[in-house]
Amino acid sequence: MIQTSLRKALHAATGPMTLDIQLDILTGEFLAITGASGSGKTTLLRLLAGLEKPEEGRILVDDTVWLDSARGIQLPIQERKVGLVFQEYALFPNMTVRENLEYGLGKGQSKVIIDELIGITELEQLLDRYPAKLSGGQQQRVALARALVRRPKLLLLDEPLSALDNRMRERLQNYILQVHQAFSLTTLLVSHDHREIFKLADRVISLRQGKISQPDLPETVRYANVSDGTFRLSGEVLQLEEAGSGFSVSVLIGTNVLRVPATMEDLRRLQPGDRVEVLVDAQHAMLIKA
Amino acid sequence: MDSGFGQTLLLTFQLAAVTTVLLLFIGVPLAFLLSRTQSRFKPILEALISMPLVLPPTVLGFYLLLAFSPRSALGNWLVETANIRLVFSFAGLVIGSLIYSLPFMVQPIQSGFESLPKHLREASYSLGKSVWQTLLRVELPNIKPAVLTGIVLAFAHTVGEFGVILMIGGNIPGETRVASIAIYDEVEALNYGMAFTILALVYTINRRMLRTA
Repeated sequence: MIQTSLRKALHAATGPMTLDIQLDILTGEFLAITGASGSGKTTLLRLLAGLEKPEEGRILVDDTVWLDSARGIQLPIQERKVGLVFQEYALFPNMTVRENLEYGLGKGQSKVIIDELIGITELEQLLDRYPAKLSGGQQQRVALARALVRRPKLLLLDEPLSALDNRMRERLQNYILQVHQAFSLTTLLVSHDHREIFKLADRVISLRQGKISQPDLPETVRYANVSDGTFRLSGEVLQLEEAGSGFSVSVLIGTNVLRVPATMEDLRRLQPGDRVEVLVDAQHAMLIKA
Repeated sequence: MDSGFGQTLLLTFQLAAVTTVLLLFIGVPLAFLLSRTQSRFKPILEALISMPLVLPPTVLGFYLLLAFSPRSALGNWLVETANIRLVFSFAGLVIGSLIYSLPFMVQPIQSGFESLPKHLREASYSLGKSVWQTLLRVELPNIKPAVLTGIVLAFAHTVGEFGVILMIGGNIPGETRVASIAIYDEVEALNYGMAFTILALVYTINRRMLRTA
């Protein structure tokens, strides 16, 4: 369990704003963070990693205090054991792929982990190449593997796939899912791509002006009252697929994904990214206290 | 060609070598700090380091002469406490050259550091490596061309300096008489052939060194 409470003044392109975030992340969770550029997503990641200092805040990871501004505790990034992957890959140009990976080894750490990571991310053929001789997708695979050499518990991915084309993206998404599970990581992913989030994340939060915004409640649920027997929910189409004998459409509504049965006709009309409204029949709406 | 000629050349390259090595140890940390700091004093420090670029060498040499003179507080203190005399001595030449060639070492290395994307060092820190380890294994290896440029420029510049050295070193054979002074001396004596020989020789050696570097 990671508990954070962070406050920091930022100078975004739109003017000064305050990042103010309370966020609890479960161990093993895959959390996606989305939001417009300049909303503070990257800063949140950098604060967690220890690359930036908040004016005020606390980060508690299991029973370890990473940050407590009130008590003057600020664990440096070196001691936080986070895996960090940037959009720009950030491989060391003076080292081969293997050397990049081995650079991450701690004192006395066995090299077994390196072979394991090479296997998972399928880097066998690339080990003696220098980063300049790799494609974007290959570089990001190396960066992902390198971030895991220290066996971090927390993996922070800052738009890792935005510079890649679609095909590459999908492959990389699979690698990310694989390592997330294989190393029982807690993973935070900054992403703009709803399909990516849908595929990878257990939960998504959206940042607006430095704050976690309520998942568009007023917009998603137009009619909160069910007297006429229907909910009207608006959302975004994520995926169209065949389901058994029929078809289904996955729709992102707020932070939830709803899988709605669909007809052949729907499939022809819709494509991922479309805004839709989902009408839900709710004759027997019930309240359950969470 | 007398022995004085060989002595002069040897002295010249000795001075340049000592200066360059010392500058490397001063210049790299200085460039590193300048590339990293956001202090208000950064422009002041940068201006101080660049002073030799804008100040006429003779003026700089004159200031140093005043400062090093045993009659000044600093010069007096050095003589009294450590028995070091910096005017008209090799040690004085080294100090003068350090100041004179400092910007040529610092500036290329500083811009080398500044051109490195900060993600590189951040990735290194996130892998548990200290600032020091990151500097030695990631940052310096990736700005090797900039470091080489600094070394070459500082060396060549020290070989070629004249004004500063004439002011604080004078023209003592085997102690402060370097090539540029010797050339000047021969020209003064209307000994053009000799002047040209020294010039050609220094030029050739210097060029070869730059090539290999």
